[in-house]
Amino acid sequence: MKKLFFGLIAVIAVFSVSCNKSSNEILIGEYESLTGAEATFGISSTNGLNLAVEEINNSGGLLGKKIKLITYDDQGKPQEAATVVQRLIKQDNVVAIIGEVASSRSISGGQICQSNKTPMVTPASTNPEVTAIGDYVYRVCFIDPFQATVMSKFATNTLKLKKVAVLKDVKNAYSTGLADFFVKEFTSMGGQVVVVQSYSSGDKDFKAQLTAIKSENPEGIFIPGYYTDVGLIAIQAREIGITQPLFGGDGWESEKLTEGKAKDALEGSFFSTHVSTDNPDPMVQGFIKKYKEKYGKMPDAMSFLAYDAGMILFEAIKRAGSVEADKIKNELAKTKDFKGVTGTITINEQRNAVKPAVVLEIKNGKFVYKETVQP
Amino acid sequence: MTEFIQQLFNGLSLGSIYALIALGYTMIYGILRFINFAHGDVFMIGAFSGYYLGIVFAFSTSGGFTSLALAFLILIGAMAICSVLGLVIEKLAYKPLRKSPKLTILITAIGVSLFLEYTGQLVFGADPKSFPTLLENKPIVNLSGAVIGSNPLVVLITAAILMLVLRMIVMKTKIGTAMRAVSFNPTAASLMGININAVISFTFIIGSSLAGAAGILYGLNYPSIDPLMGILPGIKAFVAAVLGGIGNIPGAALGGMIIGIIETFVTGYISPTFRDAIAFGILILILLFKPTGLLGKKEVEKV
Repeated sequence: MKKLFFGLIAVIAVFSVSCNKSSNEILIGEYESLTGAEATFGISSTNGLNLAVEEINNSGGLLGKKIKLITYDDQGKPQEAATVVQRLIKQDNVVAIIGEVASSRSISGGQICQSNKTPMVTPASTNPEVTAIGDYVYRVCFIDPFQATVMSKFATNTLKLKKVAVLKDVKNAYSTGLADFFVKEFTSMGGQVVVVQSYSSGDKDFKAQLTAIKSENPEGIFIPGYYTDVGLIAIQAREIGITQPLFGGDGWESEKLTEGKAKDALEGSFFSTHVSTDNPDPMVQGFIKKYKEKYGKMPDAMSFLAYDAGMILFEAIKRAGSVEADKIKNELAKTKDFKGVTGTITINEQRNAVKPAVVLEIKNGKFVYKETVQP
Repeated sequence: MTEFIQQLFNGLSLGSIYALIALGYTMIYGILRFINFAHGDVFMIGAFSGYYLGIVFAFSTSGGFTSLALAFLILIGAMAICSVLGLVIEKLAYKPLRKSPKLTILITAIGVSLFLEYTGQLVFGADPKSFPTLLENKPIVNLSGAVIGSNPLVVLITAAILMLVLRMIVMKTKIGTAMRAVSFNPTAASLMGININAVISFTFIIGSSLAGAAGILYGLNYPSIDPLMGILPGIKAFVAAVLGGIGNIPGAALGGMIIGIIETFVTGYISPTFRDAIAFGILILILLFKPTGLLGKKEVEKV
């Protein structure tokens, strides 16, 4: 029995070593929420990233090798994200990792990447803590303090609001962070936050919170949540007679936001995000065309960002001339004036991208460009 | 004051759904002395039945065509589907274990629950679905700012009617008398010529159909459904059943209402973070002073 056991270990060891050595491919890992409450985040991202991989492979590959993308589903759970990232690094031996939209899951996966010294690029996680994990974690999107400034400016200057309420998701790093920054910014611009209420993602009943908000008579409600909850919140807000405008951040960005009854409830609401599909820039329109040809639907901000995240990573690998983690990491840090589909991207010392944000309005269930706010 | 009225109404509407689910738990406990943990998932299947029936009956998911008669038909349809499901669960999973220790059946119930949840994810998909608009929600009462919508009112009234019908069945019909007899003493009941198996099957049918109705009402109030939606309401309803006195039918209704109202008030006036902590804390307090629950009767252990 003992002999058999050791024999088995030996076989596994030989097998895994032989797997590593014979490769004509550069392995890139990806973890996304392909199922679960935020499934559209993951699906849009992986679609966008696959376009980037395809494009590089069709034009001769990277360092003379083809890129192979290994994608795992984390089901929208932070603990699952940690597990699949571990698997990508230890079992699949990927060179670098792209992942997660949700900040809670990027933090969970980023910690594993940092401790294993594997470079990670998150396409869309906006919470500042994500890149604060360490020097192996990068992002290609703006961060929440900036997004909070954008929405505060928008609420103060464009919507002319003085008294707002905030409804945040306490189980979600993105939401609590964005809410806190917003309260700070909006107050410093002379506005007043009359009440901050909270919920836990996955809740279905928000009427108690909304009733409490309604009794404070705010002129608008800031909801920094994800699309699944936002739709339900909007429906219930209208049901108990709240008619004031609702506004939020890039967590709203999904084709599913305005599904069903939420379409009417969200009419005339606003959210800040990374890109507008109305942008006439040929690069943006070219991407939309390619995306539509391949997947038969319109890309959303997550697809754009994932495409850029992929392109920036591949560019860094190309400049590094090798697949060594340290070299890739150093090249990622040097990214400057990269022309992406979400604008010109420069990565700063905190490993965050500096770039403008757009505000979209929901009209008839569609996201319509409203304004751009520069950093 | 208007805020108080609105919150009270929110709580009643939520509580009535908990009450309907709690009835199933309590009835099955009354007859079989075990907790059917799969009950919350039967509730989920009820909501999904409504979703698919809604699509079949061509309800749009974005308002538009709505009719009371069709909504009623869908309610009945979902109740029927859930009764069949309840019956099948009982026959396949619990009946073969009738003579086994209670713990075995309890674990089987957890297994059935997980089976339904994950089969649901496989069949329906894991992402939340938007429940069809069976009835257009219109503000009915506008009491100086407190808006009472038609849908929460429909939920409340439907739940009340279903509970009254259940009370009639249990108190006035022959099968109801048989149920009470089995609940009182199964051995004596079978000696009196009562077909225990038929009574148990009937209990599962009634309990599951109430869960199915609760699923539809839940979808009407909170139009986003997913395969794991039954877990939390299931637990809350179980707590409601214990709070009211498990095995006691009016107790389950009362417990459901109390849990719904406490939850809403804690969320609205204190903090949603403490919602479950306070709701369950009250449960512990009540059980400390009245271990049989609010309306439960002391059971004498016969040796």
